[in-house]
Amino acid sequence: MNQGSDVLVIGAGVIGAATAYFAARQGLSVTVIDKGLPASGTSSACEGNILVSDKELGPELELTRYSLGVWHQDLGEHKKLWEFESKGGIIVASRESSLASLNRVMAVQTGYGVAVEELDQDALREAEPHISREALGGASYSEDCQVQPMLVAAHLVRLATEAGARFLADTPVTGFLRSGSSSSGSSRSGSSSSGSAANGGRVTGVKTPRGDFFADAVVNCTGTWAGELAALAGVSVPVLPRRGFVMVTEPLPPMVHHKVYAAEYIDNVGSSDAGLQGSPVVEGTPSGTILIGSTRERVGFDRTVSTDALSLLARNSTALFPFLKHVKAIRHYHGFRPYCPDHLPVIGHDERAPGLWHAAGHEGAGIGLSAGTGKLLAQALLGQTPDLDLSPFAPARFGELPASEPAHHSTSPQSAEHREEATA
Amino acid sequence: MTPPIVSADIAVVGAGPAGLAAAVAAAESGATVVLVDAGAQPGGQFWRHRPETVVPVPDGQGHHGWKSYLDLRARFDAARHQGLITYLPGLQVWMAQQNQPAQGDDAGFTLRTTPTVAEAASDRSAAGARTVVARRLVLCTGGYDRQLPVPGWDLPGVMAAGGIQAFIKANGILPGKRFVIAGTGPFLLPVAANIAEAGGKVLAVLESSSPTTWLPHLRAAAGVPEKALEGAEYAAVFARHRIPYRTRSIVTEVLGSGSLGADHASGVRTAKVDADGSVRPGTERVYEDVDVVGFGWGFTPQMELPLSFGVETRLDTDGSLVGVVDERQQSSVPGLYLAGEVTGVGGATLAVLEGLAAGTAAAGGSALPQKTAASEKTTARHRRFAEAMHRAHPVPPAWQDWLTPETTVCRCEEVTAGEITEARESLGARDARSLKSFTRAGMGWCQGRVCGFASACLGAGPGASPTAESLSSAAKRPLAAPVGIGELAALDADYEDPTNSLLKGDRA
Repeated sequence: MNQGSDVLVIGAGVIGAATAYFAARQGLSVTVIDKGLPASGTSSACEGNILVSDKELGPELELTRYSLGVWHQDLGEHKKLWEFESKGGIIVASRESSLASLNRVMAVQTGYGVAVEELDQDALREAEPHISREALGGASYSEDCQVQPMLVAAHLVRLATEAGARFLADTPVTGFLRSGSSSSGSSRSGSSSSGSAANGGRVTGVKTPRGDFFADAVVNCTGTWAGELAALAGVSVPVLPRRGFVMVTEPLPPMVHHKVYAAEYIDNVGSSDAGLQGSPVVEGTPSGTILIGSTRERVGFDRTVSTDALSLLARNSTALFPFLKHVKAIRHYHGFRPYCPDHLPVIGHDERAPGLWHAAGHEGAGIGLSAGTGKLLAQALLGQTPDLDLSPFAPARFGELPASEPAHHSTSPQSAEHREEATA
Repeated sequence: MTPPIVSADIAVVGAGPAGLAAAVAAAESGATVVLVDAGAQPGGQFWRHRPETVVPVPDGQGHHGWKSYLDLRARFDAARHQGLITYLPGLQVWMAQQNQPAQGDDAGFTLRTTPTVAEAASDRSAAGARTVVARRLVLCTGGYDRQLPVPGWDLPGVMAAGGIQAFIKANGILPGKRFVIAGTGPFLLPVAANIAEAGGKVLAVLESSSPTTWLPHLRAAAGVPEKALEGAEYAAVFARHRIPYRTRSIVTEVLGSGSLGADHASGVRTAKVDADGSVRPGTERVYEDVDVVGFGWGFTPQMELPLSFGVETRLDTDGSLVGVVDERQQSSVPGLYLAGEVTGVGGATLAVLEGLAAGTAAAGGSALPQKTAASEKTTARHRRFAEAMHRAHPVPPAWQDWLTPETTVCRCEEVTAGEITEARESLGARDARSLKSFTRAGMGWCQGRVCGFASACLGAGPGASPTAESLSSAAKRPLAAPVGIGELAALDADYEDPTNSLLKGDRA
């Protein structure tokens, strides 16, 4: 009963919204469905970071830099809609040893074209007058930005609908429609597919309580829930939740001017440790509140509030900005970063289930990477060669292809880690 | 430095009618009790009185059920002397948690507290957080005035009706000289009476409902004769002080120009309304020289602590989100009891009955059978009365029409009705949570305590009522009270204050 479309985007978080926006603007017919309202998952439980400074060298940094360009150019006209701020990031080192590591990182990043400037103690204090007197120096990243992520998702969905897309809230996916399977009589499968027999044919749409939705391409943009959805299609996409707490202070006059974080933050972002980790990320917001992150722990979808996590945030942030000791926290929130064992997102067509695409697993960088991900995926959906090579993000890297086809990216260390994750 | 731990069989939060009763009943059943309360002395909002350090023997003037308070207070004091009740005033619970069950499912509860700002400043003995650990928990957190925005309601001089009453009870003086009280419900009467008895001039009490809406509910009302007596007392006060009581009337705008300047309330524009709250054209009237406007649209139960445990909730007759309890006041979470307004707004007499039942049940005791049957009957009568009140004094469905696009809805973050309508219509924000995300309504200092109900209504759209889910998203507050970041840091025993480390030199 529902008309088919070229593209069906599942999930109206920031990734799905960006994908729908760029696909619709390219002239594709797009339907977006979400189990709830726009931005009701991880997009509403984060800090809105667009960071260059914390990225691993390689595919992630390349995607970040590409995405940054999309934020400024393709989406530049909409900056005000989502409170885009080019505030810049500052990494602070409070020990000689971390200062030395920071200097090494800066040298390498400069080689890759990252705009970074060394700050000595005086320059640091000039940039952040309330920084701890123990801070020895830092690095300034002028490209780091911030947005209000809920507004990004909601406005991109709105702009997509203005470009012809259709959005339906409260529409959870209960299963996939496959060509050749009994429930799917009107497959619009165009291209020939190989290796699809194992799972019942090409993905031609989804089932929901509001009826069936058909599409040439079904895009899984369900963030932390992407693995669950992929499983409905019989493929493994190991996206797992990594919980993080953010604490919010009472509104204050401007005290923190940049995104300020400690040198050890970079180590934690790339770590796979299951235990509670914390490193201070402190930043002011246009409304006067200060956001204090971040913790990382792998506890599944546990929503129990952890006083350990809050206490850790408080200790770390007061070490960076001692004045915070006398400030009150008025709320906190937590979210579940969607992360993959190799800390790279999953973007592209899933050859194990032809017709199914993924754009998920961006971990803590999803807001920043969303713009680039959406644009690149739209290019791929149109059959164009994307501006940036998407093969490092290919879903098939996780293996479990039909027996006849070797996984071109599968390596033993990754599978070993995958097993460990699954039991964590 | 971690806060000292205080443990007992039962923890009670709130020392108003329900909480005092729960603590007393539990202690008289032989349990040890910790009573945590944000106030400096027992009584809560309903029995708020002058500081006992100033007026050692309050006479209960302007109070209802003062005899009931004195009785509970005497039993409370006796239990304290016996060492059965540990009383912790001046503390707010910022987080309540169920302990991880080590063995069995009876692991109990932990409360994290922080000193109330005013109490910390005035009474040093109350300063200093405590961590409370107990096997059972009784939450009696009460409620506060429900507010609806109207043009000009963000001017100084506009107060909650209950705020005016609390001001008088706590200070013995008035917050102004010439008052207009508006909204709906029987609570507007005692507020106006308190003002008049304290020497203030009440220019009018504006009730949006009409006395005829009472007729279908007369039977329920007649079941509680003491309320009729109360009503007669107010009628006498109103007559003595010549207070006009105007039904089917609302304040359409608080005016800010006049002798007190544009930045203070100085008058109100009023109008007559139809049964659904629609303004009748040509009925406008202006009251001048008003320095305090009090609004009350019923009450909002204070639900953040019950919600933090994920208790089952329901929408009550008055549109409030309340906790579901069994006949022993136990919530859907075993060991967690609720009493008073958090189970349905019903006033102090009902709250005391519920508190007694909750305290007794939490202590594992059971009162004498005939006594239980009698009190259950009384409880049922009062519940029917409360429900009749709610039906007779609804929030008028058409209230959203009173707003202009420029009317401020969230005062903390200065979010207007127009911005909220825009977010609903173009961004699909239909509940309080998405409205908060997209407009910041409810994200400021009060965390949506004042605008949460209105914001949930606006998300539902004109004439519609908010769902329980939307109200729940407006009432969930992961920090039940603001807490110092220094206090949070000190929860870890090894915490070193960074401001002290300066003195010790570089620790690198």
